[in-house]
Amino acid sequence: MQVIYDFLEMMPFSMFSYDFMKNAFLAALLIAPLFALLGTMAVNNKMAFFSDALGHSAFTGIGIGVLLGMDRPLLSMLAFGIFLSLVITKVKAANMASADTIISVFSSCAMALGIVILAGNGGFAKYSSYLVGDILTVGSQDLALLLAVLIGVYVLWVFLYNPLLLLSINRSLAASRGVRVVLLENVFVVMVAVAVMVSIRAIGVLMINSLLILPAASARNITHSARSYHWMTTVLALFSSVTGLIVSYYQNTSAGATMVLTAAVLFLLTYIYGKIRK
Amino acid sequence: MQIHNSCGLCSVTLSDIQVVSGGDTILEHVNLQLHCGELTALIGKNGAGKTTLLKAILGERQYTGTIRYQDHHGDPIAKPKIGYVPQQMDFDRSAPVCVADFMAAARGKMPVWWKLKQKEKMEIHRILDEMNCAYLAERKLGALSGGELQRVLLALATNPVPDLLILDEPVSGVDMAGLDLFYKRVTQLRDRYHMAILLVSHDLSLIRRYADRVVLLDKTVAAQGDAEAVYQTPAFRSVFGYLEAEEAASCK
Repeated sequence: MQVIYDFLEMMPFSMFSYDFMKNAFLAALLIAPLFALLGTMAVNNKMAFFSDALGHSAFTGIGIGVLLGMDRPLLSMLAFGIFLSLVITKVKAANMASADTIISVFSSCAMALGIVILAGNGGFAKYSSYLVGDILTVGSQDLALLLAVLIGVYVLWVFLYNPLLLLSINRSLAASRGVRVVLLENVFVVMVAVAVMVSIRAIGVLMINSLLILPAASARNITHSARSYHWMTTVLALFSSVTGLIVSYYQNTSAGATMVLTAAVLFLLTYIYGKIRK
Repeated sequence: MQIHNSCGLCSVTLSDIQVVSGGDTILEHVNLQLHCGELTALIGKNGAGKTTLLKAILGERQYTGTIRYQDHHGDPIAKPKIGYVPQQMDFDRSAPVCVADFMAAARGKMPVWWKLKQKEKMEIHRILDEMNCAYLAERKLGALSGGELQRVLLALATNPVPDLLILDEPVSGVDMAGLDLFYKRVTQLRDRYHMAILLVSHDLSLIRRYADRVVLLDKTVAAQGDAEAVYQTPAFRSVFGYLEAEEAASCK
C-alpha cells in the first residue's frame, strides 16, 4: 500500500498530498473497470432500468442493517441486493407483466421501504451521504474489498463472457449450445448486485447506475466488434472516473456526480462522432 | 457424428413428453420418433405447443418424459449435439457484435473480448464459406438482412454436424428465391450428413415439397405420416380448415 502511496505522491497533482485523495483515486481505478465490464452486458441485455432499481434497493439493505444494529450495513445491502435481483429475474421469467412494470414495482417498493425504515430510525438526513456517495471516505479495507470483487468478476468474465454474449443474442440458441440459461442469468444479476453494493458508499445511490450504463453506451456509439466494445468501455470508464475525480477536487464539487457528468460529456462526443462517421 | 448411409437405427425418440405451465397442460403424451436422414415437419395452429416442444428438446423448458438419442449402432448418445436455427432474432440490433464474434462466442472457450485466434478466425471463415457467406464475417450482426442472417445461423447450426438439426420457422424476412435456396441447402445437408432434421413451418406447400414426414401437433401428436396422408386426415382439416387443405392439395 505504501509503495502505491509513494508512487502517487510523485505525480504532479497537489491532490495526492492527502491520503483520502489517494484512496479515492485508487477506488476510482478499481470501480471503473468493474462497472465497465458489467455495463457492456447490462446494456446489451437492456438492463439499464434493472440496475437502477438495484441501486435504489440499497436503501432497504441499509435499513435492514440499521434495524439489525449493524455499524456498516454492507452485509445486509449485499444480501438484500442479491435477493432482489434474483426475485426480479424470477418474476420476469414468469412473463406475467412487462419487464419494466415488474422492475418498477420492485424498485419503488424497495426504495420506499428503505426510506420508511431509515426515517423511523432517527431521521433520514443521517443517511443522505448514501444518496450522492462519498468516495473521499473510502478506507484501505474498502479498497481491498473492491480489488477482490474486481478480480472475482474478471475471472468469471473469462468463463462467462461467451455464453453471456450468446444469451444476449438468442436464449434458445444459447440453450442449444449447452448453455444453462437460467443459471447463467442468475449468476450475472448477482454479479451486478455485488458490484453495485460494494461501490454504493463511494458513488451513491443516485449516481451508481449512470456509471454502469454511460461508458458502455458511449462505447457502442463508436465500436463494431465485441472486443473493441469491451476495451473502449474500459478506457472511457477509467477516463471519466479519473477526470471526474480530479475536476471535483479542484472545483470542489461532488466526486461521484462529476464523474457521471464527465461520462455524459463523453457520451455526447461519441454520439456526435458516431453520427458524423456514418 | 459419423457420416453413414441410411440405417434406420439412429434416431431421436421422444416418449410421453408432457409440459405443464402454471396449471395449464401445454403438451401431453407426445410420442415421436425423428429418424436421421429425414426431414420431419412439425405443423399445427398457433398455441398448439410447437415452440414449447422445441424448447423442451433444447433443454430450455422443463418437461416430464424422456428424449433419447441413438447412434447408428443403436447405442445411446450421452451428449447429443443439437443445431438450432431460431425463428426470429429479436436481439438488440445496435449491439457492437460482428458475425465472427457471434460465431466464436457460440463455438469456443476463449473469451471473445480477449482474443480471436487466427486459427479460429480461419475456421469461422471456412464454416461461413460453406453457406457462401464468408464475406459477412466482419459485418455487424445487427446489420445483416433476413436472408444473410439465416445463412449465418444455418452455417453455425450445422458446425459441428449435429445429431439433430432444428429449424424453427426459419424463413421470416426472406424472399422466395432465398427460401428455395435455403431448403435446397437443408436437403443437401440431410443427404450428405444424414442428420435428423426437425422443421417448424406454416408453409404447407413448401412442406409438401421438402418434408419426408409431417407431424401435426395439437397438444399431442394428432396425426403423422407423409404430407399427403396427413393433409387428408380429419385432424388436419379441423385445424387448417378445408380451404387450406384444398390449397395444399392443389399445389402438388
